[in-house]
Amino acid sequence: MNIFKNLPLRQKKSIIGIIFISPFLFGFFMFFLAPIIQTVSFSVNELNISRLGLETNFVGLDHYNFAFSVHPVFIRTFFENLLYVLLDLPLILFFSFFAALMLNQKFKGRLIARAIFFLPVILASSAVIGMDSAQYATEILEQTSESVFLSGEFIQVFLMELQLPEDFIGYIIDGIERLPEVIRASGIQILIFLAGLQSVPDSYFEASRIEGATTWENFWLITFPLMTPVILINVIYTLIDLFLAQDNELVELIQDEAFVGAGYGVSSAMAVVYFIAVAFIILVVGGLLSRYVFYQE
Amino acid sequence: MLSHFADRIKDFNFDLLNRSIKSWIISILRLILITGISYLILFPLLSKISTAFMTRADLFDRTVFWIPKNFTLENFELAIIHMDYVESLLLTSTLALCVAFFQLASSTLVGYGFARYDFPFKKIFFALVLFTLIVPPNMVLVPYYMNFRFFNLYGLIPGDGLNLIGTYWPFILISLTGVGFRNGLFIFVMRQFFRGMPQNLEDAAYVDGAGYFQTFFRIMLPGAVPALVVVFLFSFVWQWNDVFFSRVFLGTVGEVDVLSIALRDLPEELDYWIEHSPYLSLIINAGTLLVIGPLVVVYAFMQRYFVESVERTGIVG
Repeated sequence: MNIFKNLPLRQKKSIIGIIFISPFLFGFFMFFLAPIIQTVSFSVNELNISRLGLETNFVGLDHYNFAFSVHPVFIRTFFENLLYVLLDLPLILFFSFFAALMLNQKFKGRLIARAIFFLPVILASSAVIGMDSAQYATEILEQTSESVFLSGEFIQVFLMELQLPEDFIGYIIDGIERLPEVIRASGIQILIFLAGLQSVPDSYFEASRIEGATTWENFWLITFPLMTPVILINVIYTLIDLFLAQDNELVELIQDEAFVGAGYGVSSAMAVVYFIAVAFIILVVGGLLSRYVFYQE
Repeated sequence: MLSHFADRIKDFNFDLLNRSIKSWIISILRLILITGISYLILFPLLSKISTAFMTRADLFDRTVFWIPKNFTLENFELAIIHMDYVESLLLTSTLALCVAFFQLASSTLVGYGFARYDFPFKKIFFALVLFTLIVPPNMVLVPYYMNFRFFNLYGLIPGDGLNLIGTYWPFILISLTGVGFRNGLFIFVMRQFFRGMPQNLEDAAYVDGAGYFQTFFRIMLPGAVPALVVVFLFSFVWQWNDVFFSRVFLGTVGEVDVLSIALRDLPEELDYWIEHSPYLSLIINAGTLLVIGPLVVVYAFMQRYFVESVERTGIVG
């Protein structure tokens, strides 16, 4: 203790800092890193469980080869998955930003509206949405209620009139049809956007009102630039959430392969490939967006 | 002169009228949108509630819509029996509370360390925190299983290794050391929050002679309650809904499954005991409600606090 007391303040502080983060360092190196290394090593080895214990034979890139060229659906699921995530991302962000703007206004019943909009935060990942086998009973109800809310057709006709490119129209229509899923995936993003909107000082709007700015100008010149850091956080959160969701098809496929399919080696190889792809996409998207982020100060 | 004045009044009134019409249209549009979206969110829940109380006859009765004619609790009774609901509820709540508490403890300490102290390799260590977030669960689950099945901390514990599968220990160990499910996110949230707290508070405490840890526990922690609530709730909810980690760590040793797994296995279980029929979906709906019921109750009480908390956590800088 005496030695500690005699250290210069800076060193003292860095020791205290290390003590504070030591649980994580311990966990990372003792529990987290080893499984990753093991997975990488399983992906290039053949595992045999014999009476003598675990035997490994080096097989090089065979498992990767199998995953890419032999496995019937891996490649397709892989690219479909990437495509879906990248297509869902703008939909979720656009919707959650819009919803947050709406919930940030003052109106009667705002508290109830907020409570309902955040409900997916606790239910989205849960079984309530994903139980296909329970659909039978609800299907009967769904048939009658489909037409109640925006059916795609009306919008489609409207967009056709505007003569927009067909791919774009298809994307929007697809988005509207999947609106329930988009809404359910947006709970936390709405929460984060709303928190961001609350942190914009009112004085900015007061000043701009005196200068005669319209609501539209206010949004693009004040709200939007101040929200860019929040958008970045939400983009990255959404990517992680979609890629690593427990009901993500590829995540499930990889998990199934380990126990009932092509074996643990192949499953590991798939997991490694998937991890690299996810990390790459998050870094690229995050890197690109961070150029456009506006920070105060 | 007078007519000029009258003109101005007319102009002014017109403007006012215009504005109030505009705000009327906006609030009506907002009402429609919010109602529509709320409907989409609540629909699956309401339809489950509606069908969970139906009898078989109601399911095929065309005149029954939303409100069952023959109100019954039989579906719930069957779901409770086949899911071992009472034991499972107890197991799930204990586990979720444990995990939430330990994740909260570790992420608070680690987040504070990153927010307030400078030490060598700080950036690299923080990058490691973010790194844990982007690793797909598949990549670690099976090695996790093997490491906890023969747990010897890489030789530090003598003997053949302990079998921790089927106990809470794997959950506790990875939560306590900040590498549990989404733990990196919680560390990030706590770090952001502590960074937003004024430095003067701590300086004042140091001047008054408080030590580093005393300052943390007595000054910083009480000020961090909003962030603590958010982290605890999210951690609790995610553990409650988790299937992946629970399936691997709890194994098939125990007689009772956690609720999320019991619900997943319910269709098979019912198929085995009762012949397959559309009627099963009524029981599954009842089971789903039983699983999410406690969460919804907690949420109903906490949601106001919860929303305010997120706003004050400063996640957004």
